[in-house]
Amino acid sequence: MADDKVKTPRLDELEKGPWPSFVKEIKKAQAISKTCTDLLGQLELSYTEKKGHWKHGGIVGVMGYGGGVIGRYSDVPEKFPEVAHFHTMRVNQPSGWFYTSNALRTLCDIWDRHGSGLTNMHGSTGDIIFLGTKTDELEPCFKELTEAGFDLGGSGSCMRTPSACVGMARCEWACYDTMKMCYTCTMEWQDELHRPPFPYKFKIKCAGCPNDCVASIARADLSIIGTWKDDIQQDDAAVAEYAKTVDIQKDVCDRCPTKCMSWDGKKLTINNRECVRCMHCINVMPKALAPGKERGATLLIGAKAPIVQGALLSSVLVPFVPAEELEETVKELVRRCWDFWDEYGKNRERIGELIQRVGMANFLDAIGLDPVPEMITAPRDNPYIFFKAEE
Amino acid sequence: MAAEPVKRITDIGPPHYEKFLHPVIQKNYGKWKYHESLGPGVLVHVSETGDKIYTVRAGSPRLLSTATIRLFADLAEKYCGGYLRFTSRNNVEFLLDNPANIEPLKKDLQAAGFPVGGTNNAISNIVHTQGWVHCHSSATDASGIVKCVMDALIDRFTNENLPAKLRIALACCLNMCGAVHCSDIAILGVHRRPPKIQHDILPKVCEVPTLIASCPTGAIRPATVDGKQSVEVVEEQCMYCANCYTVCPAMPLNDPENDGLSIWVGGKVSNARTTPKFSKLAIPFIPNNPPRWPEVVEAVVNIVDVYAKNARKYERMGEWIDRIGWPRFFELTGIPFTRYHIDDFKNAGLTYSRSTHIRF
Repeated sequence: MADDKVKTPRLDELEKGPWPSFVKEIKKAQAISKTCTDLLGQLELSYTEKKGHWKHGGIVGVMGYGGGVIGRYSDVPEKFPEVAHFHTMRVNQPSGWFYTSNALRTLCDIWDRHGSGLTNMHGSTGDIIFLGTKTDELEPCFKELTEAGFDLGGSGSCMRTPSACVGMARCEWACYDTMKMCYTCTMEWQDELHRPPFPYKFKIKCAGCPNDCVASIARADLSIIGTWKDDIQQDDAAVAEYAKTVDIQKDVCDRCPTKCMSWDGKKLTINNRECVRCMHCINVMPKALAPGKERGATLLIGAKAPIVQGALLSSVLVPFVPAEELEETVKELVRRCWDFWDEYGKNRERIGELIQRVGMANFLDAIGLDPVPEMITAPRDNPYIFFKAEE
Repeated sequence: MAAEPVKRITDIGPPHYEKFLHPVIQKNYGKWKYHESLGPGVLVHVSETGDKIYTVRAGSPRLLSTATIRLFADLAEKYCGGYLRFTSRNNVEFLLDNPANIEPLKKDLQAAGFPVGGTNNAISNIVHTQGWVHCHSSATDASGIVKCVMDALIDRFTNENLPAKLRIALACCLNMCGAVHCSDIAILGVHRRPPKIQHDILPKVCEVPTLIASCPTGAIRPATVDGKQSVEVVEEQCMYCANCYTVCPAMPLNDPENDGLSIWVGGKVSNARTTPKFSKLAIPFIPNNPPRWPEVVEAVVNIVDVYAKNARKYERMGEWIDRIGWPRFFELTGIPFTRYHIDDFKNAGLTYSRSTHIRF
């Protein structure tokens, strides 16, 4: 069936139009691997029948690892034998998704030798995705990857590949070194990354400021979001310069969520005690305002997508950890969270769902953290309190 | 003499990022002072030392052949010493120390079919999942819909003319491998019929207790079918989440006539101004209509256009809707409000309107 001239009238429609076309990419990769011809054939069938043709995954992987490879099999292998197995390899990305052209070429060379020549740059969790290879190619591909200094990322009930925003590499708002933090977590927990030990997945995402460019508050079981404790740094001359092009009253002061700023036409005054560090004013006037100097991060726990018990956003666990204490605090706290989750979490129960089930107060007791009012938007409004007998 | 066994390398983690950083970035790591926009897709970051690094951002289809990655590598070598990165929304960014290279690089990118933009008050690239290209549980395709929506919205990518930034995401089922649940506009594949139980293979491929425990509404019960251990589904309790299918391949939900897409609006992850929020249901169902999904494209473009026309400067989609109220959102967009818009899962009452604050 692997005939270059497979007819794909429906997919051809997706080569039209100004946005870059994934169909063109698959066709380009036909020159690299004949699997791509059968992939096009199967995809055209899906477009005709309006349904997917991949089977449920199976257990495949590289020796000694319990994750990093997603088994994928066609449910029409007799029609498309080249994609009878078409497994994904997740390759752990460098922090911040920085590359040199040489590093990219090395990855391309390895993948051209062992796979389909198709990738995702990148998958949703952050890994480099090598899209489609046969079972026999997994181990040789892994060998070449590790020899080139790359390793697999996570899949299944493991610590998933941590990810980080661009941070201090190219952003003035990074309140801690996100790329270093991401690298440190990844290296600290290689075993938990490669050999799934948990009830379900655990994601860590490092965002340098409350703009949260890696969506950690929506997607990470542990969200590490940079913030600061002291006053916003303010350059009055630069504010005056912005006043020529920005309506500071309307676009800055009136948009402040706590109305902690005032503008008299010459001077911007900020009541920093009232500031919630939302970033709006800094986003509007990056040359004039900057996060304070006493920097660190807020740690939040429990975000996830809907499966199983509904979507959750992360909620505050530690309001502020100074940047210099962040690594040690995260390592200690994560271990305590995992211990509790390991013990009490049900199969496929994310840590956020476990906290919902047992209650945040019990969770705090278990990990040895004191409750603080920054953890809540309001105290409870119901009187159904589980008082402890000893109190 | 037996050859020395070759030591197998494992658990080395990713390469250290430092060796991939542009020299200007290495020198100014943590010293950046401010940044400015130099037009759609182009940024300059200025260091305390006075050094500058220029960024040119281009959209990609995320699904890239190694041939295209090599093209990016060539361009990076031609214009910026080989230094580049990718963003959390699947754009590619070239990092330049010489501003004279910006325009030639932009021209080369555009000539190769990769639009430059996606910065500030533009629509950035659509975060998305695998769809029919590579997923077993998808209720729809991903890359194809993204392609069609971005074809229609490309001018919103290459211009920064929206009230605020606008983030679109697509997930092809409720597992949501993309962070669609907190997006300005989320396109989400949905099933609408309960699983079709394959009783013949179920005992061989599934653990029944795990399967029963997987259902969030307790709709799955043990049953004996033709003398074999299996399960039954209380169909009125099923909300088609497909968690049972994830733990048991004998519970497929795929159904070409009933699978399709839903559209959600008003979510955000940034803390700027208002707190992060979930996207809320706008359109409960649109049938799959490949290859160009005209109904989805039309629905998304309509929401974007209505938002662009009505929102105030700096208002994200959700902030605009909070100000005008949901009745006006449905009125302005012409989207019908239905019984499906009213929550009936856990904590549903929190979204019932518990006041007389009503706009007439």
